[in-house]
Amino acid sequence: MTEQAYNFAYLDEQTKRMIRRAILKGVAVPGCQVPFASREMPMPYGWGTGGVQVTAACLTPEDRLKVIDQGADDTTNAVSIRSFFRRTAGIAVTEATAEATLIQTRHRIPEHPLTEDQILVYQVPIPEPLRFLEPREPETRKMHSLEEYGLMHVKLYEDIARHGAIATSYDYPVKVEGRYVMDPSPIPKFDNPKLSGCPALQLFGAGREQRIYALPPYTSVVSLDFDDHPFDPGKADHDCDLCGAGDSYLDEVIIDDAGSRMFVCSDTDFCRGRRAAGHVGRLGTPAGAAA
Amino acid sequence: MTNPLTAETLGGGFDDAPIQSARAFRAALDAMARPGRIHVIAGARPPAPLSVAAGTLLLTLADGTTPVHLAGDIDCDALRGWITFHTGAPLVPAEAAVFAVGRWADLTPPRRFAIGTPEYPDRAATLIVEMPVLQSEGPVLTGPGIRDRARLTLPDPEAFRANHALFPLGFDTFLTCGNRVAGLPRSTRVEDF
Repeated sequence: MTEQAYNFAYLDEQTKRMIRRAILKGVAVPGCQVPFASREMPMPYGWGTGGVQVTAACLTPEDRLKVIDQGADDTTNAVSIRSFFRRTAGIAVTEATAEATLIQTRHRIPEHPLTEDQILVYQVPIPEPLRFLEPREPETRKMHSLEEYGLMHVKLYEDIARHGAIATSYDYPVKVEGRYVMDPSPIPKFDNPKLSGCPALQLFGAGREQRIYALPPYTSVVSLDFDDHPFDPGKADHDCDLCGAGDSYLDEVIIDDAGSRMFVCSDTDFCRGRRAAGHVGRLGTPAGAAA
Repeated sequence: MTNPLTAETLGGGFDDAPIQSARAFRAALDAMARPGRIHVIAGARPPAPLSVAAGTLLLTLADGTTPVHLAGDIDCDALRGWITFHTGAPLVPAEAAVFAVGRWADLTPPRRFAIGTPEYPDRAATLIVEMPVLQSEGPVLTGPGIRDRARLTLPDPEAFRANHALFPLGFDTFLTCGNRVAGLPRSTRVEDF
């Protein structure tokens, strides 16, 4: 039930119009960071205030919302944002990727392939991929306008010179439609290939930094690399210990004082779905068996 | 010139603005994100000759911070009053417009509209072009939002090709007809026949 004291989806109409205009311009220029007048939200910066504002501007009463935090539906951030919109917009929520029409995510792309009927909203801490190389906003703006991305390649080259390989493992910079270098938010580089040619619309919201950007469906997104050091999405050399999946992104969990560890899918819905379908990993118990 | 407070001016807005504008925005967003696809967008009942789709887009996106340009026969007393009452948007010449509404013949030459700056390509106008027909046939479109190719009736393919050549600058376009809308962002390539 909607809390009557709030407008639909919390934000006032004037604010939503402003955000909606920024989203439309972001969609029209894929990968370009569009400034918007980010509002104070009833949660701290760093908890997804940008994503929440984009979600609020996009929600309709017919939507079914899923929220994940590093792949998990059951962490504090995900639970509270889901509950926030259930209360202020009265919309349905779900944990199943395939049933959701709008998915807000912190730092993961779901394993289950997305469809044309879905929107994926990313929470972004630092939208500017060049920020740690050039702290001045007027300078990074100019670099984007001139397509001057040499500094980023120097950074990746220095990684190779120092470590023998590109050491960036998350927040891995991408180039959109051959034009803008974009920060894909701190998703693991394992997820980068899913950005490209995705049938779903992808929207990025950075609340503290007041930026919105977007990837329309089927947009070409290339992870930056070199001919002799091609991009490698990386993958832990293990299968999921609960569901046995060999192709999902894994979390490493220490399980006792002796340093034993297990690897589990970071995407809780994907892992649960596989276990329900009868897949069992090294440490898992068959579905239906007593815990 | 005064705008008489008539039922036509004061009526025709959203009955339930938060919900209707949310649904209308999703149609507009999907249209802009998937160029060539035609969506139904409704809710507003603007005075003639503005279409339901164009009126709904204005109620959803325009407000006191977005100057609007009315072109040709759209620039009539009834519509000036309706847009002013319902959105509060200032009515301005083409050069200053964030949104411009009219038939293509009245919006030409499109060079007049804001195309953004190299640092801020988002500071560009959005054209709302009233079309006599809107169908998924005509010039072939490719680019972001389109899997293989799409087709859409365009008023002037050459103008949109020239606009795309400015990318990442350029204006963005909604094509409207009755209660239907399609999007044509500057990122879309209009292929040769």
